Amino acid sequence: MRRRDFFAALGGGIAVLLVDDAGAQQAGRGGMNRQMPQDVGAWLHIGEDGVVTAYTGKVNVGQNSRTSLTAAVAEELRVPVASVRFIMGDTALTPFDGGTAGSQTTPMMWPQIRRAAATAREMLLDLAAQKWKVDRASISTANGRAASGSHTAGFGELTQGQKLVQTIAANVPLTPATEWKVAGTSVPKIAGREIVTGAHKYPSDTKRPGLLHGKILYPPQFGAKLASLNQSAAEAMPGVKVVHEVLASPRAGFGGDVVGVAAPDSETASKAVAALRAEWTPAAAQPSSNDVYTYFKQNAEGGPAAGAGLTTYTIAYIAHVPLEPRAAVAEWNEGKLTVWTGTQMPFGVRRELMAQFQLPEESVRVIMPDTGSGYGGKHQGDAALEAAILAKAAGRPVQRNWTREEEMTWAYFRPGAVIEVAGKANPDGAIAEWEFHNYNAGASALRTPYHVPNAREQFHQTKSPLRQGSYRCLAATANNFVRESYMDELAHSIGMDPLAFRLKNASNDERLRAVIEAAAERFGWANRKKTPNHGFGMAAGFEKGGHVATCVEVAVTNGAVKVVRVVEAFECGAVVNPEHLRNQVEGAISMGLGGALFERVEFAAGKISTNRLSRYRVPRFADMPAIESVLLDRKDLTSAGAGECPIIGIAPAVGNAIFDSTGQRVRSLPMAPQGLGRSATGAG
Amino acid sequence: MANIRELDVNGTRRRIDADAGRTLLSVLREDLDLTGTKYGCGEGQCAACTVLIDGQPARSCITTVGAVAGKRIVTIEGLAPEGKLHPVQEAFLEADAMQCGYCTAGMILGAVALLRSNPNPSDAEIVSGMNGHICRCGTYPRIVRAIHRAAGKGGRA
Repeated sequence: MRRRDFFAALGGGIAVLLVDDAGAQQAGRGGMNRQMPQDVGAWLHIGEDGVVTAYTGKVNVGQNSRTSLTAAVAEELRVPVASVRFIMGDTALTPFDGGTAGSQTTPMMWPQIRRAAATAREMLLDLAAQKWKVDRASISTANGRAASGSHTAGFGELTQGQKLVQTIAANVPLTPATEWKVAGTSVPKIAGREIVTGAHKYPSDTKRPGLLHGKILYPPQFGAKLASLNQSAAEAMPGVKVVHEVLASPRAGFGGDVVGVAAPDSETASKAVAALRAEWTPAAAQPSSNDVYTYFKQNAEGGPAAGAGLTTYTIAYIAHVPLEPRAAVAEWNEGKLTVWTGTQMPFGVRRELMAQFQLPEESVRVIMPDTGSGYGGKHQGDAALEAAILAKAAGRPVQRNWTREEEMTWAYFRPGAVIEVAGKANPDGAIAEWEFHNYNAGASALRTPYHVPNAREQFHQTKSPLRQGSYRCLAATANNFVRESYMDELAHSIGMDPLAFRLKNASNDERLRAVIEAAAERFGWANRKKTPNHGFGMAAGFEKGGHVATCVEVAVTNGAVKVVRVVEAFECGAVVNPEHLRNQVEGAISMGLGGALFERVEFAAGKISTNRLSRYRVPRFADMPAIESVLLDRKDLTSAGAGECPIIGIAPAVGNAIFDSTGQRVRSLPMAPQGLGRSATGAG
Repeated sequence: MANIRELDVNGTRRRIDADAGRTLLSVLREDLDLTGTKYGCGEGQCAACTVLIDGQPARSCITTVGAVAGKRIVTIEGLAPEGKLHPVQEAFLEADAMQCGYCTAGMILGAVALLRSNPNPSDAEIVSGMNGHICRCGTYPRIVRAIHRAAGKGGRA
């Protein structure tokens, strides 16, 4: 966006652009028509009406980044929360962003927004000092107003008639956490009222004039190739447009042929797709969910690990199941494309669309309304591409809302894994040996946070029969499950209490010890009383800048596992919003329980059989334990993200509690898909 | 199948022209622009699509418009018609009983129906009454809290 476009869009006022290095800062100063710097991380505008508008390429999928970022502006600019408007994830209006992933919004974007707001405040002080001819130091700011002696003015008045742009470097000083007044408090959810009244428009709610509904003909199995297509029956249906296009980048499992329809309503679209007569060339043999673990090891790059005495754990593929499936509306207007879609990567989706249609950046706009969750599952632009292809051919806007079955088949999955581990503890509790191999899941949290000399830890790339990708904490859940389960095995091997064993080996990590001690204390670990069928377990971990420790109590009755109580201590630096942080911790525990106990994607011959909620169990009210969260607020430390790390403690803590209750060590996730008995046979 | 010409939605007679076999969910969302009611699964498993039919909760994704012609339909948009929030809506906000909020409309209408049949439910009664609803973000404990809070205030509906 050029400077003149910026003010044309926003009206006069002042704008602050934050860039990442001082060179760009210099280049960005001055001239009316100079191009905006390319590497702007965030920007902020104060209009003549006093309305503050902040911009970020980050998006909100329920993690409440809209609220935390708004609080950041309110804090540093000294304005009420209600006067701040946030534009998020709109490629035409917001700075480029690599995507909302890896818990990066808080450590990366939050300080950038704060710096932009702090700079705007300094500019307002300059304007007030000039206007009133007073000493800058005599001016105070609060509640969106500046005051000095008898002078007082709203921020909007101070900007009157101005079109000021200041480009700043990323090292402007910030208000320390100990002095926060808005940040660090439980600012209520922005737009909560729109949600409880049904007024908020999610991507799947997008309406455009003349909107058609799109549907795609998917292959009968992963890897099947379209051999022939007879579309005459579908085309004969009133209002139906049949489309056959080819993807610029074939999609794993799906291929390159996009065959679909656009129709006046979704039911007609479904009927039209059912009327398409396609023949498919079947795919070559593919592993099933039962034999995939052998497949992982057989296909490991460089061959599998040769270590002796390794204990094997397995991790099933699981599905994100965002309650809002992927959705997009695409609209073409004089060769330009606008897409509304739920994605964690609006700029990535723009890139996909540019490549598909050979369009320049300025001809594609991707808008991301706050979306019905993602959990790492909405990185790609599949629905956006489908909608855009259909809309182009139909000559009208097309909505492409995936069904649940499509979401649970044609999205991507959290990777399955084989993990092998070996170790040895000395009689005094010190870990003497540690070897750890992850096949397929990934390297997050691969390294033990405990003090272990000469640890051998390796991620082995292999082949995945399913399309796989990001998921809340990704491999850290798998790696932490195995490490913390095996930590328990080692503690048991020397007859040491799991708490004492962890504290002994966490000697080099004061933050890890702190969460372990906090969780154990709140839980009453030292005074826990064994009762029939009940067991206690704990786990700890470190990932994405957060430290977590989880203590649980389970009851096991005839193989049925009920998690009764969970205490989780979490530390992610200075707490940004205590209530929303607790909500994230509770939600991560809830979601983690599914993968721990019963979630598993089942597949054979390139078909997913767990493609509906009636066939794929996710946690419900009745699965919930009593949850207590303990937040350790480290105002002396940088704030880290909290959407992911709190998920990694629950599975191993539950596994360790099952062992405590039954003496049975469960070495596969999920641990009890149909109760405890059968899960053990799933290990490969 | 005969077409349905009219539905009683949120106290208003709405003209439609829909095949009687179409789902109530698609007619609400596509024909009447009432997008507060959400699609989650299409098989009555998640309850994101919950509406009230003559005061009773129903899964609009597996309810045909033919089955509800002439009945009183209330969607989330009709719960607070005069702009003042329903106590259950207030309670969800106070308990921060949502993250992405996609399940919230169905949760709120489910809770309204629960409180109508049981004005002061226990934890166990809330769990069994609401167990058909999925919140993938896992705000279940907060929803239980919100329902208790609303129960204390007496549910207007």
